[in-house]
Amino acid sequence: MKRFLQKIPDSLLRVSTVFLVFIALVLTLRSLIPESLKNSEEHRKATIEREVAHPVRHAGSEVCADCHEQYDLKKTGYHKNLACETCHGAAQSHTEDQEVKPVINRKREACTLCHVFNPSRPTGFPQINPVVHNPGKQCITCHNPHDPKPPRVPKDCQACHEQIARTKAVSPHVQLECTTCHNVNEQHKVSPRVIKANIPNDRSFCGKCHATDSTVKETPKVDLSSHGEKYLCWECHYPHMPEVN
Amino acid sequence: MERRRFFGKGFTLLAQFGLISSVFKRASAEPTDYDASKHYYGMGIQVNKCIGCGKCMEACKEENGVPKEPFYFRTWVERYSIKKDGEVIVKSIDPRIDTLGNTVSEKDVMRSFFVPKLCNHCDHPPCVQVCPVGATFKTDDGVILVDSERCIGCRYCIQACPYGARYLNPVTSTADKCTFCYHRITKGLLPACVEVCPTQARIFGDTRSTASPLTRFKRMFKLHVLKPSLNTDPKVQYADLDGEVR
Repeated sequence: MKRFLQKIPDSLLRVSTVFLVFIALVLTLRSLIPESLKNSEEHRKATIEREVAHPVRHAGSEVCADCHEQYDLKKTGYHKNLACETCHGAAQSHTEDQEVKPVINRKREACTLCHVFNPSRPTGFPQINPVVHNPGKQCITCHNPHDPKPPRVPKDCQACHEQIARTKAVSPHVQLECTTCHNVNEQHKVSPRVIKANIPNDRSFCGKCHATDSTVKETPKVDLSSHGEKYLCWECHYPHMPEVN
Repeated sequence: MERRRFFGKGFTLLAQFGLISSVFKRASAEPTDYDASKHYYGMGIQVNKCIGCGKCMEACKEENGVPKEPFYFRTWVERYSIKKDGEVIVKSIDPRIDTLGNTVSEKDVMRSFFVPKLCNHCDHPPCVQVCPVGATFKTDDGVILVDSERCIGCRYCIQACPYGARYLNPVTSTADKCTFCYHRITKGLLPACVEVCPTQARIFGDTRSTASPLTRFKRMFKLHVLKPSLNTDPKVQYADLDGEVR
């Protein structure tokens, strides 16, 4: 055996010693590495734990109903399937601390985000053109966001022009319909600010009843050529309450 | 031993030692009663219902802390405009700009619609195959996750994903993607995008359940997946999907 070892060249012995020492070192170090590092299962478990621990920001609409049952009307309206957080933003922080208030966006942009006309939207989805649909007015003045409906179209003028209707009711013009003098397009009831009602624009319109040659009975008559000269009738006489004498 | 392998091994050892400390740091996370093996999640998307409002994109960013810049998304909505001459224009919408309306004035558009997109959580995910460090994997409940502590940010998975669902998170410099809101679904909540969708265009559920909105969705509609020829077997299924959608 000894002779066998002596036969091995010295250089080879030294190299193999280094080699063996290195192997031993590697094995020792490897045994020091915890199993969790070598096992990918451990990594995956840790990743899943990390993901699960991520904080929840959207509480979910069921949580909202615990306190806010006054919004029962939302359950039947067109918005019944909307989560509260669709409009009011993530509200988990609000459920933990009531001092933190969720977003209440009353701007037109909050509604037009979904309801502006867009040719790519599905057919039948309610959409408007914000340029002609009562520009500058907040949507919520006519539509309740918790139970949105097209606003009821008023049957008569009084619904909006109540003060004029009351004044006219005690004036000599009480028997006249609004449409006697005002030419009203049906669209005026839908977009009052865009489609406006017509108003008379010259003296001869009043003259139809009040000129001396008018055939209408029991109206005060004046000579249009001499009465009032260049002025228009309504610059002196308020048509909804013309003076009696 | 060859010198190259010697050095290689040495460096691996050093790197592994560096990792030890991080392993001990994240020691405890309380065990939950959630059993992943009893679930297998999927999503249904009804294209005809999407109004392109972008609430899902907004909610996803809020829920998952995705950087607010407009080019990092875990879920996004594409607008398809198919012209009369057959040309297809696809644009990812930016709700802050597109809600002003009249974005497509093209008179020659034949049809146009929105398609919500997200990670398809493929049953045979190409991103998992290419990851050189095994940082991305499929969980027992079918969700593809990224281990942000293992990911080296090499972007192979971003290139490999046929659906463009991944991005490199500029904060962590690791690959990031939709997790189906894993922290929510394991607590019985819906993913944030499904929760806020005003028209219920997205339906989430367990693919193995016998009675659920997802099962009803799969029973009612003719379904399709994106790029079926790639055999990725996506778990996000689309109803009313146009043939032009890629």
